[in-house]
Amino acid sequence: MKISRLAAAVLASAALGLTACAPPTAGGGSASTKDETGGTLRVWLFSEVNQDPKSAVVNDAIKDFEAAHSGAKVDVQYIPTDSRAERFKAAFNDPSSAPDVAEFGNTDLANYVAAGGLADVSDVVKGWDEGKDLDPKILKTTEIDGKNYGVPWFVGVRALYYRTDLLQAAGLKAPTTLQEVETTARALRAKNPGTLGIAVGGKSQFSAMPYLWAYGGGIADQQNGKFASQLSSEKSKAGITAYTNLLNDDICPPQTCAEFGGNATVQQFIAGKADMAIGGDFNYKAVAAAPAVKGKFAVIPVPGTTAGSIAPAFAGGNNLGVFKSSTHRTLADDFVKLLAGKKYQQKMFQAMGNLPTFADVQKQVAGDNAYLKPFVDTIAAGTDFVPVTEQWATIDAQGIFTGMYQKVASGKSTVDQAAADATTAMDKVFGSGK
Amino acid sequence: MSSSTVSLRQGAPRPAGRRGPRFGAFEPWFYLAPAFIVLIGLLGYPIFQLVNISLYDYRQAQVSGAAPLEFTGLGNYQQLLSDPQFWAVLGNTVLFAGFCVVITILVGGWLAVLATRLRPWVRTLLFVVSMGAWATPAVTGSAVWLFLFDPTLGLVNKTLVALGLHAFDGYSWTYDKWSAFGLVASEVVWCSFPFVMVTVYAGIQAIPTEVIEAARLDGASMGQIARTIMLPMLRPIMMIVIIQSIIWDFKIFSQIYIMTSGGGVAGQNLVINVYSYQQAFAASLYGLGSALGVIMTVILMAVTLVYLRLIKKDGEAL
Repeated sequence: MKISRLAAAVLASAALGLTACAPPTAGGGSASTKDETGGTLRVWLFSEVNQDPKSAVVNDAIKDFEAAHSGAKVDVQYIPTDSRAERFKAAFNDPSSAPDVAEFGNTDLANYVAAGGLADVSDVVKGWDEGKDLDPKILKTTEIDGKNYGVPWFVGVRALYYRTDLLQAAGLKAPTTLQEVETTARALRAKNPGTLGIAVGGKSQFSAMPYLWAYGGGIADQQNGKFASQLSSEKSKAGITAYTNLLNDDICPPQTCAEFGGNATVQQFIAGKADMAIGGDFNYKAVAAAPAVKGKFAVIPVPGTTAGSIAPAFAGGNNLGVFKSSTHRTLADDFVKLLAGKKYQQKMFQAMGNLPTFADVQKQVAGDNAYLKPFVDTIAAGTDFVPVTEQWATIDAQGIFTGMYQKVASGKSTVDQAAADATTAMDKVFGSGK
Repeated sequence: MSSSTVSLRQGAPRPAGRRGPRFGAFEPWFYLAPAFIVLIGLLGYPIFQLVNISLYDYRQAQVSGAAPLEFTGLGNYQQLLSDPQFWAVLGNTVLFAGFCVVITILVGGWLAVLATRLRPWVRTLLFVVSMGAWATPAVTGSAVWLFLFDPTLGLVNKTLVALGLHAFDGYSWTYDKWSAFGLVASEVVWCSFPFVMVTVYAGIQAIPTEVIEAARLDGASMGQIARTIMLPMLRPIMMIVIIQSIIWDFKIFSQIYIMTSGGGVAGQNLVINVYSYQQAFAASLYGLGSALGVIMTVILMAVTLVYLRLIKKDGEAL
């Protein structure tokens, strides 16, 4: 038969090919040895919905930079966040098309480092007079094996938004512990049946994490250079239970809430359909401008398990980093220090509302802008982060962490079972990496 | 077709022609060369690389040269086949694709028969409306379907509540595993039945009216005509339509990805293509993803080969 003969031929040639050649790999991964002091410094920053104010600040920085470095030019490209993964991967594979300096999300950092794309900037941070004022917890998010691979440019944290009018009508006070968040949410939904007591989501992992941490649990611990899941510890399970208790018919029905991500929960609050929500400083402007809740809400830090304490928040945000393949290393370092420095972080805050990563600058802007207080207080109380390893990207993409909450919320598993499953799945991923 | 092709097919010796007999052996290959070159470039090489990559631990670090390449043999396959989730997803995919194929063929076939009996203007209307569904990109179709079935604002729930079915107030169609699959299946059927309908309609039109008339004169009922005359004559076309639908529905990605936001609550609605995207490509595990691709290719080729053999046995060529 013709087909089988053809198949045999294909198989034979494939077998021959297999022994002869491996899949293609780029020759990248090694640092450039060149360090030119002139020429064009290429910079990638994220494009924004509200682009003009960002461009204006960056253009000012470029003017400053070019004035101080004669012979150097800066070429900025704004890249869309949606396609950043493809852009960065392509840049790692082909150093000639890579930028010298780039902005990137702090959760992407470990993945980029593993791909061999980012340069170690520990010395830049250490040798920099402003470096010592960087919030240590936030700087820690850029650290792998004791080396820093980025300079935190801005930070984003979440806090508890609540409806002052509804609380007052129900004769309730703002919750001071996570336990009270639950009882308050239940009471609010009982009084206002059409609304969600608190908008939380099975997929909104960054509002679930503070619960985990507040109860003393954690996502994963690093021992001897290897990560191991901590989700099955008693403390972690207490945090998972406390969070999934909210995903209940008398607070936030799983039918509606199990599929919510972080944005969806904030949208519910903005639409006036939720009595409380966990939202970020970056959501504040949109909430404050929403007709349904304008002037009828307040923000406090997400409380901890005891009155007066604050639950550790996830420290989201973006870094500026230097590409390993850069042929303008000194210029690149200088540009990072300028744009991520105090002066331009302050300007970026004024232009974009991005929270600065320097403790002193944070205090200063919070003093001038009262609405920032709960967020700055949250940062001051100490933040936490996802495991800084490339494998977290895999765990995130495979939905292992959020899947655990969804399984519990939808009644498919008990907390014990879901946490055990997630632990097994996570440890498998941690074990597969180097 | 030239006379030389005909003579080749019949296996007869070539009549003495302009060219010498030595050229004759190469002649079919000569004509096939352009097709072969295109096939090797667009199909052969990618499949070769797919198989090749599936035998390595090939992640982003290896692609960009930051970590050494490691040959793992069948390690990726072992990892997949020992994962219960893979089997659950494969089961979901087979059930879901099977269901979609059956419903698509039934709806498409029934409408094709209906179309032969409709007045021309009604038929034209039916075709134009169906073409609209066919021409809608999967992403757009899924988004519109989601709007229609939105828990609070969707037209479907609003209508059901207005009819007095208050259980549908705020009912989420994507929360339960089977209602979510049903919702996606309805979208898939909606955008794939027109192909079946048009093809089968053309097939019915191609049946000579004399044959049917002769059967009718011999006293055959409408049911008998359909079963013993029309269906056998439509067989080759039905085969194409079924194979196409199986391949198409087995590979569903956009509809599931969009309508169940990446695989449903806790991954309950994952099908194999979304699973491979989520497990492998979004997670930058290209070796594992390639192994999944190879498994899918093998399954689809097996389905196609079985059908080709079935047709060949009956002595019919496609």
